[in-house]
Amino acid sequence: MSAMTDAQVAAVRVPTGGLGQEARAAFAVWQREMIRFAKDRARIVSSLVQPVLFLFVLGVGLSSIVTAGRGSVDFTTFLFPGVLALSVLFTAAFSGISMVWDREFGFLREMLVAPVSTTAILTGKCVGGATVATLQSLVLLALAGVVGVPYAPVMLLALVGLLFLMAFMITALGLVLAARIKQVQSAMPMVQLIITPLMFLSGALFPLSGLPTWLAVVTHLNPMTYAVEPMRAVVFDNLDVDPATRATLDPGIFWFGWPVPIWLQVILVVACSVALLGVAVARFARTE
Amino acid sequence: MVKAPAVRIRGLVKRYREVEAVRGIDLDVAPGETFGFLGPNGAGKSTTINILCTLVAATSGSAHVAGFDVDTERDAVRRHIGLVFQDPTLDAYLTGEQNLRFHGELYGVDRSTAASRREEMLRMVGLWERRGDPVQTYSGGMRRRLEIARGLLHSPRVLFLDEPTIGLDPQTRASIWNYIGELRDREDVTVFVTTHYMDEAEHCDRIAIMNEGRMVALDTPDRLKAAVGKDRVQIVTEDDEASIATLREDFGLDTATHEGMVTIRVPDGAGFVPRLFAELGVPIRSVTVTRPSLDDVFLAHTGSTIRDAERVERPASPILAALARGR
Repeated sequence: MSAMTDAQVAAVRVPTGGLGQEARAAFAVWQREMIRFAKDRARIVSSLVQPVLFLFVLGVGLSSIVTAGRGSVDFTTFLFPGVLALSVLFTAAFSGISMVWDREFGFLREMLVAPVSTTAILTGKCVGGATVATLQSLVLLALAGVVGVPYAPVMLLALVGLLFLMAFMITALGLVLAARIKQVQSAMPMVQLIITPLMFLSGALFPLSGLPTWLAVVTHLNPMTYAVEPMRAVVFDNLDVDPATRATLDPGIFWFGWPVPIWLQVILVVACSVALLGVAVARFARTE
Repeated sequence: MVKAPAVRIRGLVKRYREVEAVRGIDLDVAPGETFGFLGPNGAGKSTTINILCTLVAATSGSAHVAGFDVDTERDAVRRHIGLVFQDPTLDAYLTGEQNLRFHGELYGVDRSTAASRREEMLRMVGLWERRGDPVQTYSGGMRRRLEIARGLLHSPRVLFLDEPTIGLDPQTRASIWNYIGELRDREDVTVFVTTHYMDEAEHCDRIAIMNEGRMVALDTPDRLKAAVGKDRVQIVTEDDEASIATLREDFGLDTATHEGMVTIRVPDGAGFVPRLFAELGVPIRSVTVTRPSLDDVFLAHTGSTIRDAERVERPASPILAALARGR
């Protein structure tokens, strides 16, 4: 029997693994996120509604009363980078937390029993979540002109890069939460519970200047702050504003009087992303 | 050519705090064999399979699958085994083919042959025509077939099937076993299967029965049945009391009465019937001869029928418990 079957079997060659195989697995996970994103039109639309409401309803509504130190800058212009950050915040958090559904429907098991590392799987998931979130924010980015932000190519590229980085960090945070949450019904409330404070305490919706001490302390501890501020700085670099207005609306981040440079803020976000991803890998590897 | 065993277990022990789930088992499964793994819930079956699949670490002892050590060569073992779990593990939003493609990428299936391999597997389980449809439109049987196709996609040496037919209707169950038989002929793969259906265990070349963490039986279905013993002959006669007396005095046989029928146990039931007619001396209305079934085997080795055993709440393995908590 074995001679006959040996001849018939068109067995596929399975390579011995290594970094190439890890990358291929991560790419496959990324690809799945893309396929599911493309199929889910409702999610694409719904995740854009909230930032647009923030920008045009909150922004326009408040701009009539928010005049202090604004100079020539419209309130919606000020809000624009913050709202970009918000738009990726919820999408990315959802991408990470979607692992809870993958667990519920068993697909997590299919991924975790494969002959690749948990790091490869979760990295693919994070890059996927970041890609989806960044793609969605492009729609919002296209509205830059409407709120008085110029279409400067370098600025737009920098924004896309920063958005991607921030989305990666938030997806990793979502994964950390998903490792702990086992119940599908508690996943979304958990996202709200964690993400809403991150949003409000990040300087996305208000300038970091002249805050009461407690709020200043909390915003400076929030990693989101270091993801939002570089975006605002990039936008303000491309606006025609006087130094006084900029000092009010985009004061930058100070540690005990020391201005934190943008590159360090970006490095902080990268470090935070890697740390969160590491925690997620450890948790999934241990508990599943 | 003598091949190494597909599965080789030596002195395997798994202890969960105070509970000893697996108490030292030894087992060799030959390449190409279809091996049935039975036992009541909580017998240590799932724990053993989880160790073989590198999902749980053994406390002591060793296990090799396809020649690789499950403890030190985790990824090599995983590349050479296919897994079909009791619970579904498909992405219902993806199409059948996308599920297979994802799997092929994760298992590093050679790109030049991946597409033809997918087609071959999908055709084998009769899902080629439906390959472009999302899995959520598939029936339970189709999903199970897709999982089997996926488990085989990377040409594993050993395919683990955990309750492959649970929750399926009898027709679908039969068709799943047809596929299992077919793939054994075509794929030269060792099939390691657990099932609760004793009639399905008949499809296996050999069967192991586990009870309370130990292997209590290991042989071919026929020999296991023969070892349990005798055939059961049940008769209805004109005068049961006279029959019982004759059977005891002239035949030297103990009798029992079940469901209003006189029941005798003899080694060769079919051969006994002519003698019964010739020598009983009481008119016989009907005769039933029953060979021992695997249910009898199971009962003899575990003290309960598999249906009784199913009613007992199982102390589940940590993985299953964790998955259950996730529900």
